[in-house]
Amino acid sequence: MSKKMHIKLNVNGKDEEFLAEPRELLIYTLRERLNITGPHIGCETSHCGACTVTINGKSVKSCTMFVAQADGAAVTTIEGLGDPDNLHPLQEAFKEHHGLQCGYCTPGMITRATKLLEENPNPTEEEIRFGMAGNICRCTGYQNIVKSIQAAASEMNAAKEAAE
Amino acid sequence: MIPAAFEYYRPKDMAGVLAVLEEHGDDARVMAGGHSLIPMMKLRMADVPHLIDLQDVGGMSDIEVGTDMIRLGALVTQADIIDHAELSNAAPILREAALQIADPQVRYMGTVGGNVANGDPGNDMPGLTQCLNAIFTVVGPNGERDIPARAFYEAAYVTAREDEEVLTHVAIPMPNGGYAYEKQKRKIGDYATAAAAVQIVKDGGICVSASIAMTNLSDTPVYSEAAGEALLGTSVDAAALDASVAAMLGDIEPTEDNRGPVAFKNHVAGVILRRAILTAWSRA
Ligand SMILES: Cc1cc2nc3c(=O)[nH]c(=O)nc-3n(C[C@H](O)[C@H](O)[C@H](O)COP(=O)(O)OP(=O)(O)OC[C@H]3O[C@@H](n4cnc5c(N)ncnc54)[C@H](O)[C@@H]3O)c2cc1C
Ligand code: FES
Ligand code: FES
Repeated sequence: MSKKMHIKLNVNGKDEEFLAEPRELLIYTLRERLNITGPHIGCETSHCGACTVTINGKSVKSCTMFVAQADGAAVTTIEGLGDPDNLHPLQEAFKEHHGLQCGYCTPGMITRATKLLEENPNPTEEEIRFGMAGNICRCTGYQNIVKSIQAAASEMNAAKEAAE
Repeated sequence: MIPAAFEYYRPKDMAGVLAVLEEHGDDARVMAGGHSLIPMMKLRMADVPHLIDLQDVGGMSDIEVGTDMIRLGALVTQADIIDHAELSNAAPILREAALQIADPQVRYMGTVGGNVANGDPGNDMPGLTQCLNAIFTVVGPNGERDIPARAFYEAAYVTAREDEEVLTHVAIPMPNGGYAYEKQKRKIGDYATAAAAVQIVKDGGICVSASIAMTNLSDTPVYSEAAGEALLGTSVDAAALDASVAAMLGDIEPTEDNRGPVAFKNHVAGVILRRAILTAWSRA
């Protein structure tokens, strides 16, 4: 065992401080230490994207980051996007358009999609498929995921226009 | 999957990095984006008792587009390359290649320095930088030195960089003419079955310069001088294409693995190179 490190994280707007071994993978920090179980473990080998979170503005597979690397960072998970009474437009759209079946990939999908729409608020189907290529779904065949993201994009753009 | 324990360092400058490397020698290793190293540590195929995270070391995150040279800091990510309009204008092959590496999440983390220093024959940037005749700058206890990309790769995971040296920059002579990065992979996010980087200059319908490098078809990237020469002075007609592909096949040494047997890899290498040459020629 190596020396424990004093780690500070901001997770979904809340400051967290704890001692951890630097080798702890961020996904375990979130799930087991902080009880934030939205990000899932699908493959644990950097391939499936179920563990995707946003770290300092980047979509990151949290199974491929040591907690030590994230020290000082701001982390957003699906829990930070909306809640049952106030769903994020992407959450609402996935629900409306059957963007999920078993739901295992969904937290990673939606977290990744928030970043995609931030970078490209009006993506084509092809841009959505390319921008979501780091997230694997074993159920939906992706068709409804694409539809959900398109619907959320229109919704978010309309809301932005109305606000202007 | 839990990697073996390690001491973690996050120095603020290169002096701090070099001090740890000097103290711990072989037992210390730098980490940039970690997207090659962490998977290897999780599988316990890499053992790194002293891990030096480069993220806080300044001066290695810039993209500089000059008149004759492009300079990329080692910590520039694949996503940075894709998003940089001036760079994409100056050297569109960099963006074309970066878009074919891994997936969006990985591209936010994967760095130029990590990709070229790693020494994995599957990485795309070693072949790309060989095509572009890039120069790598490394710094160590005895100061800085430059190593041409074409002289950097010795065997899988064995490079001309000494253990106590850190790669800081990649300098690329301003490319001209037509370009293409073509890659055959089993699925998005996969390493290449075969990939080709081609940069061609056309003058009066004739090829006056051609640079060709191949990825994942030997235990190092392959800069095929002969494949480029086969196009020189031709109008890149069918005979020239055949000659270039034949020359390239003489320079690669693919081995059988889960991407296929040798005959298949040679076949795919030929298809991909042909495609890359034709695309580069059409853009020249
Ligand atoms: C799912 C997945 C798919 C991928 N697909 C591809 C692909 O298709 N093509 C491709 O090219 N890559 C691919 N990669 C690899 C990815 O692009 C890596 O991130 C990249 O190759 C290495 O960059 P890094 O910054 O993550 O390096 P790290 O993992 O941090 O380091 C890799 C190695 O280089 C050394 N190193 C890093 N920086 C320096 C430096 N400045 N000086 C000296 N040594 C250094 C480290 O010590 C280590 O040995 C994939 C990765 C994953 C997880
Ligand atoms: S669990 Fe992290 S990518 Fe699959
Ligand atoms: S909904 Fe089941 S894996 Fe995507």
